[in-house]
Amino acid sequence: MIDEARILEIRHLAARMRRDIILMVGVGQPGHVGGSCSSADIVAALYGHKMKHDPKNPKWAGRDRFLMSKGHAAIIQYAALAELGYFPISHLPTLKKYGSMLQGHPDIHKTPGIEANTGSLGQGLSISCGMALALRLDKQPNRVYCVLGDGELAEGQVWEAAMFASCKKLDNLVAIVDQNKLQAMGAVADRMNSNPLPEKWQAFGWQVLEINGHNVEEIVEALDQAETIKGRPTVIIAHTVKGRGFSFAEGNVAFHNGAMTQAQYELGLKEADAVLAEFDPAQMAEAR
Amino acid sequence: MATYSNQRNAYGEALVELGRADQRVVALDADLCKSTMAVLFQDAFPDRYFEMGIAEANMMSTAAGLAVSGKIAFASSFAVFATGRAYDQIRQTISIGKLNVKICGSSCGLSDYGDGSTHQAIEDVAIMSAIPNMTVLTPVDATETRLAVRAAAGIQGPVYMRVNRNPVLDLLGKDETFQLGAYRVLRPGSDVLLLAHGVMVEKALAAATLLEKDGISAKVASVGTMKPFNYEGAAELARGMKGVVTVEEHSYIGGLAAAMAFALRRSSVPMDYVAVNDTFGESAHKPEDLQTAYGLTAENIVRKARSLVKNL
Repeated sequence: MIDEARILEIRHLAARMRRDIILMVGVGQPGHVGGSCSSADIVAALYGHKMKHDPKNPKWAGRDRFLMSKGHAAIIQYAALAELGYFPISHLPTLKKYGSMLQGHPDIHKTPGIEANTGSLGQGLSISCGMALALRLDKQPNRVYCVLGDGELAEGQVWEAAMFASCKKLDNLVAIVDQNKLQAMGAVADRMNSNPLPEKWQAFGWQVLEINGHNVEEIVEALDQAETIKGRPTVIIAHTVKGRGFSFAEGNVAFHNGAMTQAQYELGLKEADAVLAEFDPAQMAEAR
Repeated sequence: MATYSNQRNAYGEALVELGRADQRVVALDADLCKSTMAVLFQDAFPDRYFEMGIAEANMMSTAAGLAVSGKIAFASSFAVFATGRAYDQIRQTISIGKLNVKICGSSCGLSDYGDGSTHQAIEDVAIMSAIPNMTVLTPVDATETRLAVRAAAGIQGPVYMRVNRNPVLDLLGKDETFQLGAYRVLRPGSDVLLLAHGVMVEKALAAATLLEKDGISAKVASVGTMKPFNYEGAAELARGMKGVVTVEEHSYIGGLAAAMAFALRRSSVPMDYVAVNDTFGESAHKPEDLQTAYGLTAENIVRKARSLVKNL
């Protein structure tokens, strides 16, 4: 069982990462706020707790692998990487500027901690399969975590990878579906319904876990449980809210890739700061 | 006595040799391993061979995942599927990432004569060449295929190589080496340059013999590297010639004809081409039937070369 201090620490990291999203996207430039905020707690639990990794040595052979298959949500991964020391937080506001190390989609050659270029949707789970095969071949105990969007599941290649992973019994692979129920042009259920997810993944031979993707205890428990499942891959279906954490973005399809007004930007910072203010600074310092 | 060997066998055998020498080498195939001859690697190293089923897109991205994990991943399928079905996967993760994925496009050109247009790759070189970071190899025979496999493993980044389905004329000696961008002059000549790759090199050599009877001296060179195309080297080969004819079992769009035209853009040497026109293939009982139908013949090369040399 995870202790409460650790949970608080993960939640605090997620809160800082959400604040980073506002700083990164800024005013007047579109940014993928919605899908980044829906993944924030999952990404914080992975980087802040579950994964073995070394910010000072991003290519450390003993690391677990993280792949953001829904590459447009790269900014939440950038926030985690910066918060944990892969590169200075001061780089975050350079997002998507010409010459920046922080590209619109993850770039293996530009950003430390990125494992592969993703963003053309539907390909990350396949890439993760390759990583999982390589780890098994090299007799490494590490695990691969791949975050997918529920809209992304319309890509047929995801299901090729799903078939492959169970056929090859890749139990070192965990897929996490950030089921925020919205895609760029509207509701997933209307545009291209990927539901019902548990039945689909089960039929493809996966162990299915279902959680509230904003409840850190549930996320950590599912990640722990996934480790005990042998002989097949695990998918964690995480029920989330797109834009979670910001009143103007929550459930608002316009913030799939939306630009904030000055007022929204200021409100975003205010809302992020209010969440951060709920944490007892002394307790947080102790936890670290 | 002319002998013929199959480039697909050479691919499989070379892959096994490579796998023996380098533990990082892995192979993937999409339910065609007995045709691409990746089956030889499967038999030799079952733990390093991954059968991907009929799912080329997943195969290429999985190869990418193996490559970012330090493996040298050889992925094979028919040329038309390897490059067409999985184009986006090759572009997005493999090529932008400069990953060590080596793609073998088997049954290239019209060489899968029986299966018809859906299985014939007449644009694979064009679409692979258009991708930044990609190297494109067009080995001329079985020996050069072996060399190309080894060379591909040594190149940092993605490589595409195309091999023929049918036995091709043995042209290289045992001691030959492979140098990226180098041309092989297989026959000296002073009037016209016949520049070809793959199976069409044999046709160019046959054309040179016919031209000699006409009093025209043809130099024949094979192109093993379509990208990075050695433009300077190609222009140098053409220097002093009365004309150049390129010959390829590929569309004239985006292939050797286009590359040579670019190489000669500031040259006064005129050129012509023998290639597949902007059209799909079809089924036939023999590869020669298609080559004749699409004008990929020694006689057609002779006709174009004579026209250039005699300024007709």
